[in-house]
Amino acid sequence: MPDMSVKLAGVTLKNPVVVASGTFGFGREYSRFYDLGELGGICAKGLTLHPRTGNPAPRIAETPMGILNSVGLENPGVDAFIAEELPFLRKFDTKVIANISGNTPEEYGIMCEKLSGAGVDLIEVNISCPNVKAGGLAYGTRPELAAEVTETAKRHANGVPVMVKLSPNVTDITEIAKAVEGAGADALSLINTIRGMRIDVNTRRPVLKMNTGGLSGPAVLPVAVRMVWEVSQTVSLPILGMGGVSKGEDAAQLMLAGASAIAVGTALFADPFAPLNVRDGLADIAAKQGLGAVSELTGGVRAW
Amino acid sequence: MKVERKCEIVSKTRMGDAIYMVLEVGDMVRTSFTTPGQFVHIKCGDGLLLRRPISVCSCQEDEPEDTLAVVFEVRGEGTAWLARRPVGHKVDVLGLLGNGFQMDREGRYLLVGGGIGVPPLRGCAQYTDGRSTAILGFRSKDRAILLDRFEEDCIDVQIATDDGSLGYHGFVDALVRRELEKDRHYQGVLACGPRPMLRNVAKAAAEFGVPCQVSMEERMGCGVGACLVCAVTMKDGTVKHVCKDGPVFNAEEVDWYA
Repeated sequence: MPDMSVKLAGVTLKNPVVVASGTFGFGREYSRFYDLGELGGICAKGLTLHPRTGNPAPRIAETPMGILNSVGLENPGVDAFIAEELPFLRKFDTKVIANISGNTPEEYGIMCEKLSGAGVDLIEVNISCPNVKAGGLAYGTRPELAAEVTETAKRHANGVPVMVKLSPNVTDITEIAKAVEGAGADALSLINTIRGMRIDVNTRRPVLKMNTGGLSGPAVLPVAVRMVWEVSQTVSLPILGMGGVSKGEDAAQLMLAGASAIAVGTALFADPFAPLNVRDGLADIAAKQGLGAVSELTGGVRAW
Repeated sequence: MKVERKCEIVSKTRMGDAIYMVLEVGDMVRTSFTTPGQFVHIKCGDGLLLRRPISVCSCQEDEPEDTLAVVFEVRGEGTAWLARRPVGHKVDVLGLLGNGFQMDREGRYLLVGGGIGVPPLRGCAQYTDGRSTAILGFRSKDRAILLDRFEEDCIDVQIATDDGSLGYHGFVDALVRRELEKDRHYQGVLACGPRPMLRNVAKAAAEFGVPCQVSMEERMGCGVGACLVCAVTMKDGTVKHVCKDGPVFNAEEVDWYA
C-alpha cells in the first residue's frame, strides 16, 4: 500500500481526496454514511459575511455527462458557520477548509480574521462563483482584482494558508494564477464550474430560473486536466485539482497534470461513497505503478 | 437513510400512463421509515449523474427483505430507463429520505391527490387503517390510478376529472370545500400534486380552519440536504429544501407566490 498522504500549502492531508465546496454541505448529511475522517479534507459550503438565501429554483439541470447549478451561495453566514457547523466538523480527523466569497476585498478580510480565529486548516478564497451578480466572477476574471483580494485575505488570515479558487471562465487562466501567486497565495484550487445553459425546447424556457449556471461533472474533466496542467507549468504553488472526478483514474489524471490533491464534487450526488471509491482507485493505480507514495504522481505527465 | 445497491424489481405493472413497481430494499424500511410521504432516490443507469426522486406509494417490513412500491411516469431519460428495467433486475436505491406527513395513527384525515401525486397518499390511507377519506383528481378517466387500492384503505373515495369523464367534473379543491362543509372535524388535510393544486387545496383547508400539509416537488440533486438545489421559499422569507426539510411542509409556512 503506497503512502497516501500529501501536502497542500504545508498542510498534511491523510489522502489526496477532498470533497468540493458546495457539494458536501457542512458534512452532517454525509456523516450518516461514513466517518468523515476517511477523507483527506472537507471544503465546506461557500460562506459569505452575511447569510444568503440564494437564487430562485430550479437551481439544477442535468446535461450530457454533467449538471448545471445556480444555487447562488445560499449559506447561513460566516458567524453561524463558526458557532454551529465548525465544532461538528472539528470532531473528525480530517482537514477543514473554509470557502469564502465576498462583495468587496474588505469582506474577504473580515471573514479571514473570523475563520483564522476560529481555527480552520485552510481558507479557500472563492473569486470565481458564476452564480452571484456582485463581486464573485469579476474578481476571478481580472488579474489586478484577483491579486487585491488575495493580498487582503492573506493579510487577515493570521498564518492560516490561503488557497485561491480560480475560474475557468477566462481567456487565459495562467494570467490570473500568476497574479494570485504574486499577491502571496499559498495554494490554488481549480477549476470552478464553467458557465453553461440548457433550454427546454417545448416551453422555450431555460431550465434554470437564473437562465445560466455553472457546469460540473465528467463533462468538465478534460478542461480541468488541461487547466491544471497549464497552471502547474506557470506557477510554483501547490494545486487542489477538481472538475468531474468520479473515479481513481480521473484523480490520477489531475495529479499527473500537476495537482497535489484533488476534490470530488458532483459524483457525490449519484453515489455518496464516491470520494472513498476515488481514494481506493487512486491507491490501486499508485500500487500498480509501484509507487511508494501517491504524491509521486504529482506533475508526472510525460507531455509530448 | 442508506444506499442499497441491489434492490430487485419484484413486479412491474402498467397503470394508465404510470408504472407501479415493487422493489426489495434490504432493511431500508425497518431502518429508515418514519411516516408516509418519504421518498427514495433511484439511480437510473450509468450515464445520468442525478438520481431520480420518487415518492413511496407504500412500504412494509418483510422477510427476507423489506418491500417498497413506487409509482412513476416516464418524464425523461431517467424514468424511461427505469421503466424499461425487467422484473428480476436490480437497481441502486438511496432511501428512505425526507420527512413525510406528520400523522397520528388514530387520526382521520382528508387525503387529496392530483395525478402522479396520488400514489404517496396510499401510504397515508394504510397508516390510518381505513378511517381517512380520499379525494383524487385526474385529467381523465383513463389516467385514473390506484382507485381499487384507495377503496380498500379509505372510508370514502371521491374522484374528480378535468374533463368530467369520471366523477366530479372539475378540480379537487371544489370537492375539498364540499367535504369540509359537511364535516370539518378532520385532523388534517394531506395533499400531494401539482403546485397550483396544492395552493388551492391549502386555501380551501385554511377557509375551514383545518390544518393542511402539502408534499412539494422541486428539481433535486443530492437528495440528502447537502447541495441545496431543491429550494422552496417560505412565507417568512427563509429557504427550505424539499429533500431534507420536506418533501412535506405545513401549507401555511409555504410562500405560494414566490
